[in-house]
Amino acid sequence: MLRNTKKEWLIAYILIAPFVAIYALIFVYPTIDMFFLSFQDAPLVGAGDFVGIENYERLPRDRRFGTAFWNTAYFVALTVIPGTFVALAISMAVTRLSGRTQALVLALFFLPYILPVSVVFRIWDWALNFQFGIAMHVLDAFGMDRIPVFKTTTWFMPAVAFVTIWWTCGFSVLLFLAGLRAIPQEIYEAAALDNTSRWRMFRHVTWPLLWPITGLVLTIQLILQLKIFDQVYLFSQGGRPNDNLVMVYYIFQRAFVNNQGGRAAAIAVVLFIMVIVISVINFQLTRLSERRK
Amino acid sequence: MTPTTIRRINWMGGAFTILTVLIAVLWAFPIYWGIISSLKPENEVVRPYIELWPDTLTFEHYWFALTQTQIGKWYINSIATSVGVTVLTVSTSLFAGYAISQLRFPGRRVLWWLILASFMVPTQVLIINHFVLMANMSLLNSWAGIILPQLIHPVIVIVFKQFFDQVPKDFREAAAMDNASEWAVLFKIYIPMNWGVITALSIVTFIWAWNAFLWPFLAVTKTEMMTITVGITQVFDAFGVYYARQLSAAVLAGFPVALVYLVFQRRVTQAITLSAGIKG
Repeated sequence: MLRNTKKEWLIAYILIAPFVAIYALIFVYPTIDMFFLSFQDAPLVGAGDFVGIENYERLPRDRRFGTAFWNTAYFVALTVIPGTFVALAISMAVTRLSGRTQALVLALFFLPYILPVSVVFRIWDWALNFQFGIAMHVLDAFGMDRIPVFKTTTWFMPAVAFVTIWWTCGFSVLLFLAGLRAIPQEIYEAAALDNTSRWRMFRHVTWPLLWPITGLVLTIQLILQLKIFDQVYLFSQGGRPNDNLVMVYYIFQRAFVNNQGGRAAAIAVVLFIMVIVISVINFQLTRLSERRK
Repeated sequence: MTPTTIRRINWMGGAFTILTVLIAVLWAFPIYWGIISSLKPENEVVRPYIELWPDTLTFEHYWFALTQTQIGKWYINSIATSVGVTVLTVSTSLFAGYAISQLRFPGRRVLWWLILASFMVPTQVLIINHFVLMANMSLLNSWAGIILPQLIHPVIVIVFKQFFDQVPKDFREAAAMDNASEWAVLFKIYIPMNWGVITALSIVTFIWAWNAFLWPFLAVTKTEMMTITVGITQVFDAFGVYYARQLSAAVLAGFPVALVYLVFQRRVTQAITLSAGIKG
């Protein structure tokens, strides 16, 4: 078959034109612009002078940056591995159900993921309300002291992490379920003939075969939680935002509250590099583990 | 295995199923609690004990939200911007995915590489530059300003390319025999054959756009231009400290996406699994 290459090029360029135009405008250009801005002492909107690496030099001495960095790390620690385990447990429980029961149970676990963050915020702000929240009635019933969860620095991050796991777990559950479905049934049947115990079956069959999915879930969660903002911002309203800062929150504060676009861009570049480094390490690890097979 | 052990396993399995269902119900309970609280009169909401069903069922808070606040406008803004994001993202990604998958042209590999690379870039770090760009284009406080920066979803192009790659080459060759144009091949063969994945990706893009918080929150300062997810949490004087009113607004904000999910459950779960790079 002869191909009319000139015509093919033309059609291809017409097809990709809208995508490329949008991409250049709101992805390529802002990414480059971010790097330029991070070397200027510019306000949010408007021109600034070139100041070299001053915006970066400030960061190690910046207390708010320290808070944001360590809070983000803390939040990652509180959500990524615990969230993955919760999702794995749920998917193991869901996968052995069938038919309507399975569909119903999965829907109940998955429903929170579908909701906007504002709704999740309202639901939990209400459930954990210091005066009238249902969780406080539960604490009362056990004779424990009530806790103003989102107003105390100690409880804030764990509570937001808990809400986040509740909210986003359904996504990881779906991935685990897809992984579990991909494991051939014959392996289990063979193992059952040998009278293998349930735990051994999980330890020696399910877990190793599920490992690629677990790695994927961990990576997606890690990158997602590094970029946390919405929940932290919403639950901090009327509380102590400066104690609860995370990276994106600090970018927001510097740019939109302090009107320092240049300094905010420097923080953005740091977060950008963190995410890229983790993505690349993960990519290399996946390649290594695939080569070993 | 002896009959007794089998019976024991069945019994344990049954108990385990009941436990799973109970935990699932408990998991979704906060949602139920939010909804049911929004249907109670304000004096019942603040009672110091737990009532799973209201004494007096009332819709007064919904009536308040719909008539006394700007929630109607926020709904329109949310619908307009979410539909805009969905149509633009899905159509541009579909055409780009098709071109990369089926056509040979200079720059193809660079484009594909760029899309794969952009998969790693967190869009949250671009908020400053998006804001500056939208301000310079005078698009703040407008639908276009809310929509534009939300159009970066490289994963959708990637999924489309994978699906177009899977269409057998025979179809293309048969069409070439009939002297069908490239456009006919796209619109009469490739799009109809992949209708399922197009719908699935559209639904999930709509849900993402409806749920978006950070960018719509930054792009809009006028209350009448807010989307519903921003409006219900950022306009403090709209609802006052009335828990049931706030919750009724939250129910109204979550209702459309919850409904979309319940109606298109399988499509939604398929698209979400696909978006993580797994064939569903």
